[in-house]
Amino acid sequence: MQLPVLNNTTSEAASGGGCSAGSCGSTDDQMSHLPEHIREKVFNHPCYSEEAHHYFARMHVAVAPACNIQCNYCNRKYDCANESRPGVVSELHHPVQAVKKVLAVAANIPQMTVLGIAGPGDPLANPERTFETFRMLSEQAPDIKLCVSTNGLSLPDNVEELSKYNIDHVTITINCVDADVGAKIYPWIFWKNKRIKGREAAEILIAQQQKGLEMLVAKGILVKVNSVMIPGVNDKHLEEVSKMVKAKGAFLHNVMPLISEAEHGTYYGLTGQRGPTPEELQTLQDACEGDMNMMRHCRQCRADAVGLLGEDRGAEFTMDKVEQMEINYPEAMKMRAEVHAAINEELESKRLAKEAKMQLVSIQGSKPKAETRPVLMAVATKGGGVINEHFGHASEFLIYEASSSGVRFIGHRKTTPYCEGGDTCGDGESALDVTLRVLAGCEVVLCSKVGYEPWGPLEAAGIQPNGEHAMEAIEDAVLKVYEEMRVAGKLTPKAIEQQKVA
Amino acid sequence: MALEIIESCTSCWACEPLCPSKAIYEAKPHFLIDPDKCNECAGDFADSQCASICPIEGAILNADGLPMNPPGSLTGIPAEKLAA
Repeated sequence: MQLPVLNNTTSEAASGGGCSAGSCGSTDDQMSHLPEHIREKVFNHPCYSEEAHHYFARMHVAVAPACNIQCNYCNRKYDCANESRPGVVSELHHPVQAVKKVLAVAANIPQMTVLGIAGPGDPLANPERTFETFRMLSEQAPDIKLCVSTNGLSLPDNVEELSKYNIDHVTITINCVDADVGAKIYPWIFWKNKRIKGREAAEILIAQQQKGLEMLVAKGILVKVNSVMIPGVNDKHLEEVSKMVKAKGAFLHNVMPLISEAEHGTYYGLTGQRGPTPEELQTLQDACEGDMNMMRHCRQCRADAVGLLGEDRGAEFTMDKVEQMEINYPEAMKMRAEVHAAINEELESKRLAKEAKMQLVSIQGSKPKAETRPVLMAVATKGGGVINEHFGHASEFLIYEASSSGVRFIGHRKTTPYCEGGDTCGDGESALDVTLRVLAGCEVVLCSKVGYEPWGPLEAAGIQPNGEHAMEAIEDAVLKVYEEMRVAGKLTPKAIEQQKVA
Repeated sequence: MALEIIESCTSCWACEPLCPSKAIYEAKPHFLIDPDKCNECAGDFADSQCASICPIEGAILNADGLPMNPPGSLTGIPAEKLAA
């Protein structure tokens, strides 16, 4: 049996530049069909590589406040330090301040490989600030990758400028390719000195996005497409979007769930438009996957996020604190290079170990096993690709699917940490209730430790707590537990029915 | 004849580079329009540029003190929801 666990195919791309047949399922198979020069661009980019996001960190600087369109999921008045979502920042920076902050973060968090400009407005609606920041950084910190996110309206006008600053990665948010759908998402755009509303606005925006995508691809710049999944508005339509952007040369598609809490004051929030459930999101991502490489590990981070995906260390680097720091960047760059080399060595040794294991399996031959049903497992991790977080401390769980063909990463689900939740949150739901709801559909939760108290309710909800694989590699542990379930006869079709009834 | 920016402005900078009269300037707690310079874009553009890109309903007033973008006109959020 082949074990198509995460990233086990990168080496083939690395050595031969070829496409590995027989890989399937894992999100990082995207790497396997990539030529070496592209693989090199993404292997340490946490937003482009699922494996990289366990090891490498990114940051955004908020230098781009202005926007040239309105989206129904965005409220431009919002500013809050406790909210983690796109479009939100606490401090706006001028380019000189932003560069200072980047150098401070890069010196203190050497795992930081990527600097993105993502807002809080649209970076290309603020071209002077955005490009000044990029220009200074490409001179002062040549070891940092630069990337940018945009709604695409001004993209065609800026592709030439973008290509000057060694920007390898651009993300375009494309929510539709049909103006009738777009009219339900974008109330207006600012275009050629006029505010344009309705279908006409959506038509212009869509045309600009697609033109920009084609121009970037023609320049050899990697393009990721983000789409916000809005149930009843563009959910079915996004399969078409996925096909279209792939045909035009996008490298990765990231379908994200709509965030629409009423207290955010957005149009969707105030009019009761709901976001998708984790299951709905996964179903759509799976449907798109046949045609396109799908990103599953997006954390929808803030426009000023700092750190590994899923964590935010922005509070350590406010402008007052940064101003106090003395940074010797040439020195920091040496230390960063050492840290990156150590991470790469670790990744390489993991890869070799996986390869050796696969060869062993193929030499021994695999006993044909009966087809077993897939099982979702939740994992508590702080990073590093291992199970190293207490159940009660986890603010998110990574979701993996084990099946007879191997392990694949499905996504992440956020929650309120059980130990920090207080008695209740929101409408009388306890933190544990939230976690139980968030983990719906999972049958196992793997963590470094789990307390006595949540154990019973987890079991009662059909989720087996498991603290036996602390500090083990995630995929190995998931496979072991899946094998135990198989041996225990829990993977027969009968078990599926039982679970559905429960 | 001049427009005015009031306190609901979020200082997002969108209007500042667009003003053909360079009447808009950064100030605390919010951006301001120099009434001596502003001509509401007369002769330059059909629509006042600041009011055409401003995302905040009610943040820019006309010479009569009325909002250039009244509540609900940009976001489509119904007035009763806005009040809440």
